[in-house]
Amino acid sequence: MGMTMTQKILAAHAGLEYVEAGQLIEADLDLVLGNDITSPVAIHEIEKMKVEGVFDKDKIALVPDHFVPNKDIKSAEHCKCVREFAKKNDITNYFEVGQMGIEHALLPEKGLTVAGDVIIGADSHTCTYGAVGAFSTGVGSTDMAAGMATGKAWFKVPGAIKFVLKNKPAKWISGKDIILHIIGMIGVDGALYKSMEFTGDGISYLTMDDRFTIANMAIEAGGKNGIFPVDDLCLSYIKEHSDREPVVYSADEDAVYDQTIEIDLSTLKPTVAYPHLPENTKTIDEAVKDDIVIDQVVIGSCTNGRMDDLRIAAKILKGKQVAKGIRLIVIPGTQKIYLDAIKEGLVQTFVECGGVVSTPTCGPCLGGYMGILAENEKCVSTTNRNFVGRMGHITSEIYLASPAVAAASAIAGKLTGPENI
Amino acid sequence: MKNAKGTVIKYKDNVDTDVIIPARYLNSSDPKELAAHCMEDIDKDFVNNVKPGDIIVAGKNFGCGSSREHAPIAIKACGVSCVIAETFARIFYRNSINIGLPIIECPEAAKAIEAGDEVEIDFDSGIIKDLTKNTEYKGQPFPAFMQKIIDCEGLVNYINSGK
Repeated sequence: MGMTMTQKILAAHAGLEYVEAGQLIEADLDLVLGNDITSPVAIHEIEKMKVEGVFDKDKIALVPDHFVPNKDIKSAEHCKCVREFAKKNDITNYFEVGQMGIEHALLPEKGLTVAGDVIIGADSHTCTYGAVGAFSTGVGSTDMAAGMATGKAWFKVPGAIKFVLKNKPAKWISGKDIILHIIGMIGVDGALYKSMEFTGDGISYLTMDDRFTIANMAIEAGGKNGIFPVDDLCLSYIKEHSDREPVVYSADEDAVYDQTIEIDLSTLKPTVAYPHLPENTKTIDEAVKDDIVIDQVVIGSCTNGRMDDLRIAAKILKGKQVAKGIRLIVIPGTQKIYLDAIKEGLVQTFVECGGVVSTPTCGPCLGGYMGILAENEKCVSTTNRNFVGRMGHITSEIYLASPAVAAASAIAGKLTGPENI
Repeated sequence: MKNAKGTVIKYKDNVDTDVIIPARYLNSSDPKELAAHCMEDIDKDFVNNVKPGDIIVAGKNFGCGSSREHAPIAIKACGVSCVIAETFARIFYRNSINIGLPIIECPEAAKAIEAGDEVEIDFDSGIIKDLTKNTEYKGQPFPAFMQKIIDCEGLVNYINSGK
């Protein structure tokens, strides 16, 4: 019986020839990640452990990104705690304001995540790095602490769902539409405890940024990880960003899957998730009929704050104006993306059309700051969660969408698609 | 590991970690401060009504969303002795064990038990007794090492104890 791509990576890191779904293993870690919310709890825990220092100062990444630049005194204290821990332990990959980015946009860009890695991060969207062919999954702070101390973590080997993506995506279809379509199909617990393994000829049409977006939201279907095969595009991305040698694994021909789902990308339509769950999806054609008047648009986050996202948004917004009374907030994912967006004139487009451009931060995505919603306000957002109260008041509503739909909605002042602009 | 016994507070499917503890309070990691805001976005009376020993019973996918360990920390700091659900989101499950909050998956119990029922859980056997309805369910018992982690009030103490 063969192994899935995920199972092969886990087996190799556990020093085993073969693993199967349900087996408990201990695996070596290539990277342990934390942010300004989860790291202080982990640091507090590791200080209670009877260990000296961390397992490898080069294999830990600390990225203050949720509430930075510090939004208040308590956040400042948390960041200080992370900063001092990084200094004391001489952590190579600590990213201060000015170098930081939203963690899951930043780490692949910095070459810290390559194919074949096993990565844990105290942030649920750590599953993003499946786009480069790594096994990566979100954990809590205590697991992060144990990982930083020992370089190891225990896992239950997951079973898998195989998603066969077929054909060239229809016009306007991005990674976001594909993953929202999938979550709408299988539900927010449709892949609970499982790997989501993506295959099929349709992948060749997806950019790396599309793949990051899809892997990023595996957790919104309950998945343990999402993972893509390593093709030439992926290898050239890794080569461009990292000095590390990728290790390429692919699923066995006779790998066992709990389920196989085929999706014809050529038939998809831009897709929106209605409040208050990412599974509440409608196509944009259906959504337009609901005539949903909005107050705010957010374009950014670890899901959709990359260059492809900003480019498509700017293309739609160029020469247009944001509708009267609409707040458009654009948040580039990293300093590099920010700078590239300035060089390409995208930032100018956003400002000229009436938007604001923020420094990289998770900010409004989790209702932290930089765009909190008031009572009954509605927002079209390229972020990843639309739970009750996620971006502000408990009566506020978030409609999750692609950057193209978000940009079009900012111009229209209501939920709409790029075809209607 | 001691049995849990208490009154049931009931929730539906997909209770996410953003409602268990909203991110606007995550500028603190103090268990008492977190407990003061536990569940407030879906049940503002929870913190006033919850008593030590109370048991949360919920539907599918409890604890979905963010990996914040602050969520099980807040529930535990409220005095909740156990969470029973049809299913748990995987990061929440792991975090709960790691910080010493007992949780148990049992779809039959989670469906049948109602708010206000008195419930007792024997973790050695996985037996869940609804004392009000006089019914009994079999949940998945904790393996010995997980019981030890919870007895030690979490993974770190467990590792330090050398058990």
